[in-house]
Amino acid sequence: MRKKLILAAAGIAALMSGTAMAQDPLKIGMITTLSGPAGYLGQDIRDGMLLAIEMEGGKLGGVPVELVVEDDGLKPGNGRQIAEKFMGDAGMKLLTGIVFSNVAGATVPDIVNNDAIYISPNAGPSNLAGAECHPNYFVVSWQNDALHEAAGAAAKKLGFKKAFVLAPNYQAGKDAINGFKRTFGGEIVGEIYTQLDQTDFASEMAQIRAADPEVVFQFHPGGLGIAFLKQYAQAGLTGQIPMVLSEPSTDAVVLNAVGEGAVGIFATAHWNRDFENDANLEFVNAWDKKFGRPITYYASQGYDTAKLIASALAKTGGVDDLDKFREAVRAADFKSVRGDFKFGNNQHPVHDWYLLDIVAGPDGKPVAVTKDKLLEDYGDAYADQCKM
Amino acid sequence: MILVLEQLLNGLQYGVMLFLLAAGLTLIFGIMGVINLAHGSLYMVGAYAGTFVAAETGSFWLGLPAALGAAALTGLAIEALVIRKLYQRDHLDQVLATFALILMFNQLIVMLFGRSPVFTLLPAAFEGSVEILPGLYYPPYRLLIIGAGLLVAVGLYFLINRTRIGMLVRAGSTNRDMVRALGVDIRLLYTVVFGLGALLAGLAGYMAGPILAVQVGMGEQILLATFVVVVIGGVGSIRGAFVAGIGLGVIDTCLRAFLPGMLRTVMPASEADALGVGISSMGIYLLMALVLLIRPKGLFAAGS
Amino acid sequence: MRNRILALILILALAALPTITQELGEASLLALATRILIYGMAAASLNFILGYGGMVSFGHAAFFGIGAYVVGILASHHASGEPLFGIVPGTDQMLLTLPLAVLVAGLFAAAIGALSLRTGGVQFIMITLAFAQMLFFLFVSLKAYGGEDGIIIRRTNALPGLNMRDKATFYYVVLAITVLFFYGLRRLTQSSFGTVISGIRQNERRMAAVGIPAYRYKLYAFVLSGMGAGLAGALMANFLRFASPDMMHWTKSGELMIMVILGGVGTLFGPFLGAAAFLILETFLAAWSEHWPFALGLILLVVVLGTRGGLAALVQRITALVRRGVK
Repeated sequence: MRKKLILAAAGIAALMSGTAMAQDPLKIGMITTLSGPAGYLGQDIRDGMLLAIEMEGGKLGGVPVELVVEDDGLKPGNGRQIAEKFMGDAGMKLLTGIVFSNVAGATVPDIVNNDAIYISPNAGPSNLAGAECHPNYFVVSWQNDALHEAAGAAAKKLGFKKAFVLAPNYQAGKDAINGFKRTFGGEIVGEIYTQLDQTDFASEMAQIRAADPEVVFQFHPGGLGIAFLKQYAQAGLTGQIPMVLSEPSTDAVVLNAVGEGAVGIFATAHWNRDFENDANLEFVNAWDKKFGRPITYYASQGYDTAKLIASALAKTGGVDDLDKFREAVRAADFKSVRGDFKFGNNQHPVHDWYLLDIVAGPDGKPVAVTKDKLLEDYGDAYADQCKM
Repeated sequence: MILVLEQLLNGLQYGVMLFLLAAGLTLIFGIMGVINLAHGSLYMVGAYAGTFVAAETGSFWLGLPAALGAAALTGLAIEALVIRKLYQRDHLDQVLATFALILMFNQLIVMLFGRSPVFTLLPAAFEGSVEILPGLYYPPYRLLIIGAGLLVAVGLYFLINRTRIGMLVRAGSTNRDMVRALGVDIRLLYTVVFGLGALLAGLAGYMAGPILAVQVGMGEQILLATFVVVVIGGVGSIRGAFVAGIGLGVIDTCLRAFLPGMLRTVMPASEADALGVGISSMGIYLLMALVLLIRPKGLFAAGS
Repeated sequence: MRNRILALILILALAALPTITQELGEASLLALATRILIYGMAAASLNFILGYGGMVSFGHAAFFGIGAYVVGILASHHASGEPLFGIVPGTDQMLLTLPLAVLVAGLFAAAIGALSLRTGGVQFIMITLAFAQMLFFLFVSLKAYGGEDGIIIRRTNALPGLNMRDKATFYYVVLAITVLFFYGLRRLTQSSFGTVISGIRQNERRMAAVGIPAYRYKLYAFVLSGMGAGLAGALMANFLRFASPDMMHWTKSGELMIMVILGGVGTLFGPFLGAAAFLILETFLAAWSEHWPFALGLILLVVVLGTRGGLAALVQRITALVRRGVK
């Protein structure tokens, strides 16, 4: 058990040699979710960032940094409290880490109005992407809707005409289905909103079988998605009716937990382990050496966020001049593990989306293999509403 | 017709799952007077312990005794170390103590097994789905769950109605003080009941593994539904837990499956869907509220 | 007399808090203190029916959440300029939003209480939970107000003549409301109404025998308690500048209950102590270790096994010991 979360990643060598450091490390505040069922998301984002810092010897862009991590417990109020502490007491100017949109909703507006920069490694809710966009707010991952627009594009490209769609009955679920429809363009032969805490989907399986669609799209994050895929395979539907999924339903942890039942699914992603650019090769190697567990896209986003910060710090040397730093972040002058990356006018990413095949690996476990580029230089649907 | 039959089976399967959890909870509640929020944690312990052994040995069946043993032992330990000190205390102290246990168990699982959901093995003979009636394909593993649940129900029936322990349990759930006054070793009875409840929770957890996700916090997902079953069935009544569990399972499943379709015949599709989903997600709570307004003590309240 | 002096000292200490935290360079403690006061009010409201009235409501977060949503919905209509239901204009004036939040929460409490109070005991716990969960699912599906993601409130509600964006000012407003709330609660528990409520908890049949309609009195108490929780929720929405359905999730109801039990059931001051202990533990343990829930669970367990009557009883025992020592 790790005694302290405050990892003095920076300057350990300097301390050991006994020389006082000329410069205190730059503190970066990370508010993230580590407890509860979704804890692995925050853990991977954190470990991705720590890995990038460690690879540079405790520095980012030549500046010694210290990542201060705290668990928000998936409670918006706690996220806000931690942000107050980071900014008010420790005087931090650079925050990151939030996993979930509702924590972001309570926390991000306060951060950016307080003359601090927030760089999101995961959540990109629509209510912060459009009219409420802010010069101090950057998203490295994606805008939430884009995840599902990619899945719709995949279903269209694969030539499916009749789709059956399912998502939990809440805002993110409805956004997912709308996103899918926006790019799919075919006929929707069935649309089911499942219950928020539903774990048994047998009833839905029967309805899918009865509707006999050409393709199924479903969005169930985390454990619900694992349950859905297992039950889909057990119902014998996996071989019969193809399924197209958006990125959160097929992260490496989900695939590992579902096992061979996931083979044959069409997945979509903005990053995959097998990307062959140099930045990604370096990242994947370092991750495998350090951690024994599967590498998720959350980890890649944490790593990318750290690299983005590094690129800006390399230009400015610190965050004292916020305007300069903001400018440097906006330039996005770094090698993303996903390949091409730039910010749109609402400071959300403009990047490519890919179609992946889930195939059986050498040990029978499912592996995602990149197949095709789906969308090129793709931004999001809310950028127009952002007047910045 | 096939669809209706399939949904009934699904409801039955969900129902026996709820019954396995509710049976233990209702006994602990009714006989010992303890509100045990940590019942879901025992479910999680069973799932993790069984899955771990199954993954190490490669055999689903070897995981089963591990799940039962781990859950029962954990239950006995909780009873001896915590619950026993709370019998004479207010319900509210029990709520606080068992809430504390939930926090501790969830974090212990994180420390031992990590944060990622784990892979669960399915017994090879029960993979995929079989055609049980012409046109009706059904996963045999779900049939196994239904079978196991019904078997447990029959076993409990005999245990409660035909054995000495069962007699004490029945007496305890009707009039606790009287049993104590008659000089029965109530402490031993409590330990046995708690251990049995934990064992059933562990069984439910392990059986649920291959169809759900084995992950931290899985116990709390099903805890509320279990409490609803206990209350609808009547606190302390195994029979009530069985009827309410199966009933709730079938009603919940059928509402989800058929309500939007039925509403669509009388109103526009989009409104029907919204209303249907709304009603079915509130379904079990609506049902409980209705039952309690008509029968304030539940369907089969012990001692009534 | 002694109690009054103690209360005065406490209020003065709380009033000095913004200056102290400023001096210490720990400004975030002020945010923590604000949250403690707000949750303290919510917990004390719950305690009024739970501790004094013996009605264990497991759905009190619903009223907290409704209070928050009243502020959020009014603010969103104020921002967009479109009236609610086509008639009610939005507003960002705290003098309007707080009373409205209290009123709406009270109306919901009246409806829920009228039905729930037909049952008792465990069934009452579960039926209040059921209604709260129904409201939770309702707000989750309210797309117009952000659904699961919640509503962002652009600006803290305005009070004439005050700069509510200033954190210390907001704290003082919350403190003033807390003091009034506490004073009112104390009057209420000592009033004949409070005595009747306590009497119903101890023996409902006897109260009925002396001609007191227990159901009606319990309902009044339930409504008052819901209004208190609504007030706290409205303040929380102002503090976070955000309202979301998880404010009314059953785990939040559970947390309020934990605060009450931890602090001391049926005591005037206990819920505030409980809220303070719970939030302080959560905040500092989370900063200390990523496995903080384990430590929190252990501490709660030790407290519940080791003390009877929660922290309030513990404090009382210690002061009694000290006093005996002095003599």
